[in-house]
Amino acid sequence: MAEIIAGKKACTVNPLKMSAPIGAALAFLGMDRAVPLLHGSQGCTAFGLVLFVRHFRETIPLQTTAMSEVTTILGGQENIEQALLNIKKRANPALIGLCSTGITEAKGDDVGGFLKSIRDRHAELAGTEVVFAPTPDFIGGFSDGWAKAVTAMVDALVPRSKVRTPWQVNILAGCHLTPGDLEEIRETVEAFGLTAIILPDISGSLDGHIPETFLPHTLGGTRMEDVKRMGESALTIAIGEQMRPAAELLEKKTGVPVRVFERLNGLAACDAFMALLSDLSENEVPSKYKRQRSQLQDAMLDGHFYFGEQKVAIAAEPDLLYALSHFFADMGAQVTCAVAPQDAPVLTRVAADTVRIGDLQDFEDHAAGCNLLVTHSHGRQAAARLGIPLLRAGLPTFDRLGVAHKLTVGYRGTRDFIFEVGNVFMEQLHAHEQHITPASLRANATAASAPAVDAPACAGH
Amino acid sequence: MSALKQRIDSLLIEPGCATNQGKSDKARKEGCKKPLTPGAAAGGCAFDGAKIALQPVVDVAHLVHGPIACEGNSWDSRHVYSSSPQTYRTGFTTDMGEFDVIYGGEKRLYRAIKEIIDRVNPPAVFVYQTCLPAMIGDDVEGVCRAASAKFGTPVIPVNAPGFAGSKNLGNKLGGEALLDHVVGTMEPEFTTPCDINLIGEYNVVGEFWQVKPLFDELGIRVLATFCGDARYKDIASSHRAKAAIMLCSQALINIARKMHERYDIPFFEGSFYGIADVSDCLRKISQLLVERGAPADLPARAEVLIAREEARAWARLEHYKARLKGKRVLLFTGGVKSWSVVSALQEVGMEIVGTSMRKSTHNDRAKVIEIMGTDAHMFDELPPREMYRMLKESKADVMLSGGRSQFVALKAKTPWVEINQERHHALAGYDGIVNLVAEIDKALYNPIWAQVKQPAPWEIEELELRGTAHHG
Repeated sequence: MAEIIAGKKACTVNPLKMSAPIGAALAFLGMDRAVPLLHGSQGCTAFGLVLFVRHFRETIPLQTTAMSEVTTILGGQENIEQALLNIKKRANPALIGLCSTGITEAKGDDVGGFLKSIRDRHAELAGTEVVFAPTPDFIGGFSDGWAKAVTAMVDALVPRSKVRTPWQVNILAGCHLTPGDLEEIRETVEAFGLTAIILPDISGSLDGHIPETFLPHTLGGTRMEDVKRMGESALTIAIGEQMRPAAELLEKKTGVPVRVFERLNGLAACDAFMALLSDLSENEVPSKYKRQRSQLQDAMLDGHFYFGEQKVAIAAEPDLLYALSHFFADMGAQVTCAVAPQDAPVLTRVAADTVRIGDLQDFEDHAAGCNLLVTHSHGRQAAARLGIPLLRAGLPTFDRLGVAHKLTVGYRGTRDFIFEVGNVFMEQLHAHEQHITPASLRANATAASAPAVDAPACAGH
Repeated sequence: MSALKQRIDSLLIEPGCATNQGKSDKARKEGCKKPLTPGAAAGGCAFDGAKIALQPVVDVAHLVHGPIACEGNSWDSRHVYSSSPQTYRTGFTTDMGEFDVIYGGEKRLYRAIKEIIDRVNPPAVFVYQTCLPAMIGDDVEGVCRAASAKFGTPVIPVNAPGFAGSKNLGNKLGGEALLDHVVGTMEPEFTTPCDINLIGEYNVVGEFWQVKPLFDELGIRVLATFCGDARYKDIASSHRAKAAIMLCSQALINIARKMHERYDIPFFEGSFYGIADVSDCLRKISQLLVERGAPADLPARAEVLIAREEARAWARLEHYKARLKGKRVLLFTGGVKSWSVVSALQEVGMEIVGTSMRKSTHNDRAKVIEIMGTDAHMFDELPPREMYRMLKESKADVMLSGGRSQFVALKAKTPWVEINQERHHALAGYDGIVNLVAEIDKALYNPIWAQVKQPAPWEIEELELRGTAHHG
């Protein structure tokens, strides 16, 4: 069980953390024909927008209630009302996902009350659901916002149901999964003859496709009619501990039983997933997955030479940190530095002795001597200074192509991830070999310290 | 009325602003504050603007006092370069939590400043106020005063909370912080009769380094840039300059005007984008410096340099003329870049099918009309959907814009070149315009366009079927 070390600094240096409202906004971006709306000053939206555009390389519909100093103090009902009407008129979305921010929460805007009053006065909003996620910037971080938005959607949109559709499965997807991961999960579920309702489904909206039209709301994602049928499913599979509250609420409302998968990478987790789908569908595991399992075993055999006893530093959102740490532990590597941006229940189960709640300065301070850094693109400065290779994981990854399609779940995803990481280790070994001379070997034997390796750190602008 | 409110009101009736000069007395008094439309707004906040303007001071620690959103969601995202110190690229924030909101964030801010000085020891700390602490009443200026006195390092309050207004207003509020607390607090080691300030030059992707050799060759010393690749001491001793060039249109006009008033530093508005514009800048600054006591041969030497550099640039552009002649450009930018880029593109034979006048002044508009001979292709706003339609219907061969509209062009399968502040190519100076044209050429002639426009085999079958149905 990992020991959690809370940060004591007053100053966060090189933030790892991102805010809860934009986490919530991304969850709403996984809905079809949706517009997330941040209730705050316009900068809150602009920063989130730029962040998502840089990561996904896609147009991002994201709006603001454009609060000023005066409207903040007087209360934001009028701004919310105007924003909803304007968005309705311009985009006519199926869903507006409203997320509060620091100022409107500190002021104490009663958004629930506002929404009721606005709905009563504006019949023209009919046909557009408005879901509110309370997300003060000063509490929690990105994944907390995501979880709150999904919980709010379950609460507001899923009706109770007496019907059961035995072949229908709900997937509640954590924010650490990529569109590529979600595609793989859907394909796997369908391969057993089941159908999946994924909430939220950014593989529909942010997978980088070329739409036929250009409209100011999301084009693809979970459809409203599907959300409304989630109470009829045979099972809810929550992926990531962050999805547990939403899954439990769904169970409480509809009686659909829940199974939480803390991760979906690694042989054991994938086996459990396959066994569950097989039980549920009463179908045998399709032969292609048996083949993929065998390929994963082979990848583990080929790869373990390069992973064994490697020291790895990881800084990531809690569920991603959990999944990555166990991936490395499964392969014989050691996570000697683990940093999370904010606290979460799953952190005690991370495969490391300690988990720091902190920033990328803490990461840099404790990662010295590691063979690999794993974090989002903001880790590039640390990597350059430490001279340690950086493997990019998580959001934002703005200096690599194809991040939406990066696949690390399932047998196939785990297999390819072993290859990707193993190749980085192999590259280091090669660089290391070039430094070996008879003299250095003798020095090693006495000093027991490796010669300095000029690792190909990936840095720069 | 709060001090911040008074300051904002004074900035909104800025007398140096060309837009304001064009207004009636009554309209001018009303200020230029445009209320934002909830649900239909785009663009950054005042804090964003202040940070953009000041972060290029490279040896300073930039500390954002606010919840994680303000810095955590945005840091290290601008491509302004430094010739040495990297302190400005470190993200510092107080990351205010619930406890700070309840009890006030002043103590955390003070401790954060101390931690930075202990660990980094920068020549100064800039502290950015944001909405949440402004709302709960944190006295950032008081904390900065106390910290400066205690630690002996200048701690500069930048009072531009996001909800004060737009990004442009924030640029100016950032400028005010420099005027109030930095400019004039130090003396240069020495002065020359050819010392100048550049106001509103941010060294995006290092593009100022394409211009600096021109000044160097003429013996003109850039005492301070506001704020590209600037050091704290440069800004602090910038009041000894003999003249200034104001770039980037209106962003930091308050600095230019107030330094003229306070320190008698005359300035003019210029641009480093476009061949004629760079030459114009060099001519005007040479004249201005001679008036201020520079050697009398400076203008003549400038002419020699201009003739040589213009000839070189045109020779380099010659290569592109045949390739780009008649290609249609949709230009979606704002302010000064609209006309300086228009003139350059027309010189290589490209046709401008549209240019946006967002953020542009009356003078900018007049210049576009002068250059294009018509205002028929000017538009104030172009909603993404409309932009997409224009491109989809092949009304333009290439679009030039900021990153925000990049995907409108790409989804319409249209070549696109980035020209705003997030750009990756240095566009300033004589070399800059050649770079821009080279980028356009590279985008237009990439072989992917024909490929991605090719319908899938099944789509071709559908088209043919529809075709035969018509004939039948």
